[in-house]
Amino acid sequence: MTRHLKVDAPIPDSPLDHMAQGVLGKPVSRLEGPLKVTGRATYAAEARPEGLLYGVLVQAAIPAGKVLSIGDAPGAMVVIHDPRLIRYAAQGMATEGPTAGPDEVEYMGQAIAVVVAEALEAAQAAAQALQVTYEAKDVPVDPEAVEPERPEDKQSATGDLDRAMQDASHTLDQIWHTPSHTAAAMEPHAATAEWSGDTLTVRAGYQMLATSREQLADAVGIKPDQVRLLAPYVGGGFGSKLGINADSVAAAIAAQQLGRPVQVVMTRQQVFDLAHRRSETRQRIRLACDTQGKLTGIGHEALVSNLPGVSFSEPVTQATPFTYQAAHRQIVHAIARVHRSCAGSVRAPGEAVGATVFECAMDELAETAGIDPVELRLRNIPDTEPCTGRPFSSHKLAEALREGAARFNWSDRRPTGQRREGDWYIGMGVASAVRVNSLIESRARVTLQADGRAIVETDMTDIGTGSYTILGQIAAETLGLAVDRVEVRLGDSDFPPASGSGGSFGAASSGTSVYLACAEIRSQIAALIGCDEADLTLQNGQVRTGNVSRPLDALLTGELTGDGHLEPGKTEDTVRQATWGSHWAEIAVNRWTGEVRVRRMLGVFACGRVLNEKTARSQCLGGMTFGLGMALTEAMAHDPRDGHIVTRDLAEYHIPCHADVPPLEVHFLTESDTYVGPLHAKGLGELGICGAGAAILNAIHNACGVRVRELPATPDKIIAGLQS
Amino acid sequence: MKPFTYHRASTLTDRPAGATIIAGGTNLLDLMKHEVMTPKALVDITALDLNRIEAHGDGLRIGALVRNSDLAADPVIRRDYPLLSRALLAGASGQLRNMATTGGNLMQRTRCPYFYDTRMPCNKREPGSGCAAIGGVNRNHAILGASPACIATYPGDMAVALRALDAEVEIESPAPRQVPLSEFYRLPADTPDVETVMRPGEIITAVLLPAPAGGQQRYRKVRDRASYAFALVSVAAIIGMENNRIAHAALAFGGVAAKPWRDPGAEALLIGQEPSDTLFGRAADLILQSAGGYGGNDFKIPLLRRTLIATLRDATGMEATA
Repeated sequence: MTRHLKVDAPIPDSPLDHMAQGVLGKPVSRLEGPLKVTGRATYAAEARPEGLLYGVLVQAAIPAGKVLSIGDAPGAMVVIHDPRLIRYAAQGMATEGPTAGPDEVEYMGQAIAVVVAEALEAAQAAAQALQVTYEAKDVPVDPEAVEPERPEDKQSATGDLDRAMQDASHTLDQIWHTPSHTAAAMEPHAATAEWSGDTLTVRAGYQMLATSREQLADAVGIKPDQVRLLAPYVGGGFGSKLGINADSVAAAIAAQQLGRPVQVVMTRQQVFDLAHRRSETRQRIRLACDTQGKLTGIGHEALVSNLPGVSFSEPVTQATPFTYQAAHRQIVHAIARVHRSCAGSVRAPGEAVGATVFECAMDELAETAGIDPVELRLRNIPDTEPCTGRPFSSHKLAEALREGAARFNWSDRRPTGQRREGDWYIGMGVASAVRVNSLIESRARVTLQADGRAIVETDMTDIGTGSYTILGQIAAETLGLAVDRVEVRLGDSDFPPASGSGGSFGAASSGTSVYLACAEIRSQIAALIGCDEADLTLQNGQVRTGNVSRPLDALLTGELTGDGHLEPGKTEDTVRQATWGSHWAEIAVNRWTGEVRVRRMLGVFACGRVLNEKTARSQCLGGMTFGLGMALTEAMAHDPRDGHIVTRDLAEYHIPCHADVPPLEVHFLTESDTYVGPLHAKGLGELGICGAGAAILNAIHNACGVRVRELPATPDKIIAGLQS
Repeated sequence: MKPFTYHRASTLTDRPAGATIIAGGTNLLDLMKHEVMTPKALVDITALDLNRIEAHGDGLRIGALVRNSDLAADPVIRRDYPLLSRALLAGASGQLRNMATTGGNLMQRTRCPYFYDTRMPCNKREPGSGCAAIGGVNRNHAILGASPACIATYPGDMAVALRALDAEVEIESPAPRQVPLSEFYRLPADTPDVETVMRPGEIITAVLLPAPAGGQQRYRKVRDRASYAFALVSVAAIIGMENNRIAHAALAFGGVAAKPWRDPGAEALLIGQEPSDTLFGRAADLILQSAGGYGGNDFKIPLLRRTLIATLRDATGMEATA
């Protein structure tokens, strides 16, 4: 039986609060952790089916034009340049394959062929020796040198911002630039494809199996039910594995043509070129406020880029309409069509760069207005969503700011440039954290075996986030079992389709479907023992109702199965759903060299119910570290002449290393959001990055008086503003 | 990677003609995978007896196969040549230092991204093809001693310290010789593919350190993240003070040229003077008088100046609060 829930109304009383097992929320260690640290968790590139062949992608060496000819590859079995090969990765949640046809080159580094050989080294050598001729054409690669598109549905204005700017007591009007970013997942994109008759099985590192299956079927030219995707372990995604990429399509086509399994693993350089980048952004922010710091005007203009014809554009201003109150507002969103690599979702698309820059602007306005930056934010928190008037599902920004200020000893912060230790200026900074929240349709099946053990099955993925563990905890809590009595099976597209991992929606969406499946089983247990489900207590394998208590396995005569099906409903529209928090940073700036060292960071977050304190904290630590990278180290450099990515390995693209990251503190506010289903849990994965970099950049200004508006704040940007 | 023959040498002369030497392989293997270097033959020298640190006159002889991590941790090095230890620890990562050798470190190639990208022209990789870094992304390129043919930098840290320490390179060849580090590297001029004075068939057997220089020794490396990044600018400084005046000064710079840079004129300017920001600034100006940027790396000029002043303030004991 399927228990179905469409979230059309708030659920004030969460049934999870009445369960007896007491395991939900606890800091349970990752269930699959031992497998990962002992090498027994096998990833896509580690599959070794009988007769495996190795495919190596060949990349275009021109920024745009046509492939005229591709030579032979001595030492390889075959060079495949099938018209089905895709030009760039699918966007998340697309239900069709992306544009195919590799002979038309749209950016330097595009995959144009795959060379297959019996040995990886032979395929690599043959791919490198391959002679390709092109007809190149001149194309724009600089987003600021073309006339951008301004889609009507992405512009909005309320009131008269220009007038508000004229009339204001204090204003801010500045331009920021953020560079392209890469997701930089540890596991490179990899696929192992195998055909059995008309059925294709692909082991790949993907975040969302149900839609990736549709994309791959469309790309290869078969039906979705002929495709099975397996992704039991995924070594990080951060958006880069939301949709299919060239690896799986090339492996599938090669395996089809050669009648043997084929594996395609991207090199790190190929991951840089072929995984979606986060678009660089140019952001103009205008703020106007009265003498008391009440905002009267908010303007946020974004310029982003993508390839011609690609629908995704970095949603820079996503949170701007509802974060702060102001009567006069304007949002401008422009898209430059340039031939850099394809842009897509990377680490909290939208707020990661949008809220970070906006929070820098708020800091500048606070300084101009002579108001404490925490106080300025507190004075501008709206009661209801500006423009629409909708209520917020829950709203913890004020509490996050106040709690953070106390925990971080914000009152120790001194005026700009007033604190020094030796050659180091010391400063403190704050920023709000905000991220939109959503649920995605999700299904799961739970089987309670006669021995009292449960099996959870869903095509949900665990991309390093802890899905296995939290889904196990939800099932254990609902069925009254120890966590080790629950087996969680994920990452198989033959299982009921879940939300997948992306947009921070995975835990709440797939978690709710697992809860619903377990609730269905609870009702079956209640029927067996003869009581209402509401009167049932399940704990440690015991079934209790009234004075009756029986072992679960004694009650069961066979296995029980429940299906759970969650659909988002009216609460998507009736309320504004978001997660909130605050970021705090204390940094040091070297007065000579301009080096910045972060001394401590605190993140205070509200995400509804915390499902697992340990994995939730880890999510936030990762996000805050990415925020540190955005502020200080990370930049994808594009060649100014052909747009190609110059910094295409992890030695040149600077993810923060251990020495960059100080002790990070995470504090969760107690929160229960009744509009997001019975779990009362919201997304968390992305909140940690949204605004974190701004706290650091604002702290830099507090330390030494330098505003860096061209990220990242590397030493050259700092010394340009320091007195000699 | 192109096919190659592999031979494990048992003696110094047990090397096939034309074979490229591999020791730690921390750079060469990457270059081979990218087909930036395509040796037809490799000779692995790691079985040779070149891994000792031993007395040599008043100084030390460091075998070419001594690992970076062992060299940095050696008690005599730490006591008498702290500059060398600090420079080594500022380079690469723990894992790489465990593999990288003294001789191999001297021979590492530039990290210019266009050198590694075989789609792009590069006079160092393919003489006559052009320089893509000029007009391209050149944030970490040379401001001193570059040429229209090449603006790449020597990327290492160890050699910068060795340059300040007046080290020599011991080379085994039909005509064995010792080359001062000052003469070991060549500026690009018209032949950026020729990076050192090493001739075909020669092998580095050791690095020779003179008697300890004493004084205050500093290695100050400024980079884009706190560890595991190449220097934007680095300064190796040895400063001896007498009666609050600078009695001895040796300064070498990394990240700014195709070789560790040293300017005797700037050192002479410091000798006999009382330390001051003005003095250090004058020394920096002298060093930088021929410096030029290529757009992305213009900042290295003020950064080198600032880093030199900070390093000298530290090495001469000037108060940080001044």
